[in-house]
Amino acid sequence: MTAVPLDPPRRLVEFTLDGEPARVAEGATILDACRAAGKDIPTLCQGETLEPKNACRACVVEVEGARTLAPACSRKAEPGMTVSTDTERARHSRKIVLELLASATDLSTTPRAAEWIKEYGAKPDRFGADAATMNEQPKIDNDLYVRDYDKCILCYKCVDACGEQWQNSFAISVAGRGFDARISTEHDAPLTDSACVYCGNCIEVCPTGALSFKSEFDMREAGTWDEDRQTETTTVCAYCGVGCNLTLHVQDNEIVKVSSPLDNPVTHGNLCIKGRFGYQHVGGGNTAGA
Amino acid sequence: MDLRFGDSKPTDEEKAAVDDLLGPPPSAWEGADDRSTGDLRWAVGGRDARERRDLLLPGLHAVNDRVGWISEGALTYLCRRLTVPPAEAYGVATFYSMFSMRPRPATVVHVCTDIACAAAPGADDFQADVERRLGPAGEARDGAVWQPSPCLGLCERAPAALAIRAGQGCPSAAGPGAGASSNGVSANGSSPAPSASAPGGAAYAAAVVAPATAEAVEAAARAPEDAAEEPDAALAVPQAGDPQLKLLSRIGVADPGSLDSYRANGGYRALRRAFALGPAGVLREVTDSGLVGRGGAAFPTGRKWQATASQPDHPHYVVCNADESEPGTFKDRVLMEGDPFALIESMTIAGYATGAHKGFLYLRGEYPRALRRLTDAIAQARARGLLGDDVLGQGYAFDIEIRRGAGAYICGEETALFNSLEGNRGEPRSKPPFPVEKGLFGKPTAANNVETLVNVLPVLEMGAEAYAAIGTGKSTGPKLFCVAGSVERPGIYELPFGATLGDLLNLAGVTGDLRAVLLGGAAGGFVRGDELDIPLTFEGTREAGTTLGSGVVLALDSSVPLPRILLRIAEFFRDESCGQCVPCRIGTVRQEEALHRLAARVGAPSTNGSNATAGTAEDIALLREVGEAMRDASICGLGQTAWNAVESAIDRLGAYA
Repeated sequence: MTAVPLDPPRRLVEFTLDGEPARVAEGATILDACRAAGKDIPTLCQGETLEPKNACRACVVEVEGARTLAPACSRKAEPGMTVSTDTERARHSRKIVLELLASATDLSTTPRAAEWIKEYGAKPDRFGADAATMNEQPKIDNDLYVRDYDKCILCYKCVDACGEQWQNSFAISVAGRGFDARISTEHDAPLTDSACVYCGNCIEVCPTGALSFKSEFDMREAGTWDEDRQTETTTVCAYCGVGCNLTLHVQDNEIVKVSSPLDNPVTHGNLCIKGRFGYQHVGGGNTAGA
Repeated sequence: MDLRFGDSKPTDEEKAAVDDLLGPPPSAWEGADDRSTGDLRWAVGGRDARERRDLLLPGLHAVNDRVGWISEGALTYLCRRLTVPPAEAYGVATFYSMFSMRPRPATVVHVCTDIACAAAPGADDFQADVERRLGPAGEARDGAVWQPSPCLGLCERAPAALAIRAGQGCPSAAGPGAGASSNGVSANGSSPAPSASAPGGAAYAAAVVAPATAEAVEAAARAPEDAAEEPDAALAVPQAGDPQLKLLSRIGVADPGSLDSYRANGGYRALRRAFALGPAGVLREVTDSGLVGRGGAAFPTGRKWQATASQPDHPHYVVCNADESEPGTFKDRVLMEGDPFALIESMTIAGYATGAHKGFLYLRGEYPRALRRLTDAIAQARARGLLGDDVLGQGYAFDIEIRRGAGAYICGEETALFNSLEGNRGEPRSKPPFPVEKGLFGKPTAANNVETLVNVLPVLEMGAEAYAAIGTGKSTGPKLFCVAGSVERPGIYELPFGATLGDLLNLAGVTGDLRAVLLGGAAGGFVRGDELDIPLTFEGTREAGTTLGSGVVLALDSSVPLPRILLRIAEFFRDESCGQCVPCRIGTVRQEEALHRLAARVGAPSTNGSNATAGTAEDIALLREVGEAMRDASICGLGQTAWNAVESAIDRLGAYA
């Protein structure tokens, strides 16, 4: 185990959360406090390893004295503030956010989306059959992963992971504006003509399954993807000496996906093309020479 | 940074456009054709190159102004020059409505279809006639293409159009590398003179056509350089010459092109007083005057300046928000066209008080005459030592750079403006931190609207006490109102705070039977035609359940089809949403869809009455629910106010009842 340097002790911030006193370290967000208190706040664009972008607004809470609701994921706890997570007003906005997202986007592979939609009583079909949707076809332009922007909620996490927060490849950005905004390479070129290095770190952070391994995409299309039959084994990548943790997702004795633990101090969930996609030799059965 | 630029090459013209702005490329690393041995020995393009990211938007303007659109090769070259990832630059370029990433004719005609122009008599015929002459919107024909535009800020002369022909000698040639005074833009004429003889290519020209007829729009599309000179800015000020005016006193009196004329009419008295008071004294005066922001949010200017001045982090910046794009608003344009030196002087005072040495003037991209006048005014002020290293010989250095917007309402939101200016997509940041702490380039920044800044001049000339005596206790000073629509004398009116809506409309002379008044623009709200005793103050409008916003007073008589106007407002917000947060990105679309359904029901006399009524009630309930979430959960003011006007029309005017 690597020695983790300790930060200087941080002061505690005391505030009121749903009528109860809460104490969190200075700099912690309202969401951190909620999670510490065991409260379940829906989040989509928030990521453990990324700066909060607070774009989805699914986590809004009411801060006493504020004109508008505050995103729990990015608003830092301030001494003496009074936060309510479960008011009518906050729940209403969360419900509408879920309705809007589900009416425009395919949330079928978004973990917990169905559960939250039920919990908040959201009715995405109330906007009618003619409601505009993302209306995108899956982009399959390489052998490693698929971009299905019909499932994209524009959370910016892939852009941030590809850009200066992690990978510094800058292969993708948000292009266009408003409802027409899409994640895109320059001139919407295929990934193979872009700056993409196929690290797959965007897949790691994608909260909706819009970005997925080609293997997962194909298996879902064929109806054979079954997470209940999958095991996860965390090991160390053998390609170089960095020592990245790989989590191998295995179904029917085949590796179907590779991720890395977000809390791993070496990777923070990030890998390179070799660790992420270079597993074909393991099974042997699918390689050309076998 | 190890960036991948691809192989696309710029044309000579595109390269020249970028090089005119940035100077020739110093090495092959930055796009020079010839690779020297030196280039092979060391890599260029580290921090120095990245720090020029803010030149991305001027660079995109340079190409678009010269060629009319931005090709892959041009974008690649610009990216190489500035070490910007092409994907990011593409994201920035596609954010703005004035840029095109596809080939299009050199001449683009923006025809305003926004509320004031849509409410103008004969608006339908006008648009149909434009379509007959120029073809359908978006379809290139005879070297020109027209497109519907959000409000062009020419509401007093509705309907309005703006024709821009790409070519040489465009205003964006005035880059930091080129020196802002030598940009080849003539101070007068309706189109700038070409800076160099254009071999084979036409010169850049921008022509404002207002009031527009379809013939005039067609003529401007064919030959924008021959369009008639715009009427004098003073004509937008019906009170021009009134000795009581404080903010508009020089419009129609002083020559906007002459610094001497400005000084002869009281110019630079306020700056002298500022130097006599010292920065702390100016902060005290501005705070004591009770001046609050005139852009819509009404934040106390003195507190903003004090908070900026007291930040330990340096440098500090002053930003003038001249990205006036709230539909129905044109006061800042008239101020900048009619009295440009007043803005230069007041920005200098703001810089002095907040400890800034650099001011950025972010000007709306669709304001060609304001750009000419301000460019010229800054050059004159610089030449006479009123800007530069030693302002008025007082040892204080201050200079101003103009940056043009490129067609994005959201960039009027201050943090979106900073992002735009820095070369990023014009998306608002979340606050806190506030701009006074982390603003432009992450540094303490005082960002003020044009009208707010210009108010500082009378504050210093009269003294805080006398200024605060104008208006009411909570809303001090004079206020500009943008009156348009069904009135005899549309234009900018200056009244002390406290005048009623009726007082103002009496001055402008209502025509027809007044059905409704839109206060504060698309982000504002409607009041009924019989609510004329509403006091036009921040507190008075709030008490009446409406808003003063940016000072829009758009009068609508009963001939104006309300559902169409509401639909146009909803379209506006859907178009202008940046797309960052879900409530606004999707909510504005759902709002527009619901209004389409409502308008269709109003239009078609129903055969099945009770069903239609139920559908209407359901859509109104849906609008309310979505509207409430947009107001509560959107990141910025755009989403938060996108439902205001529609809500007020339903609740106050009984629309769809």
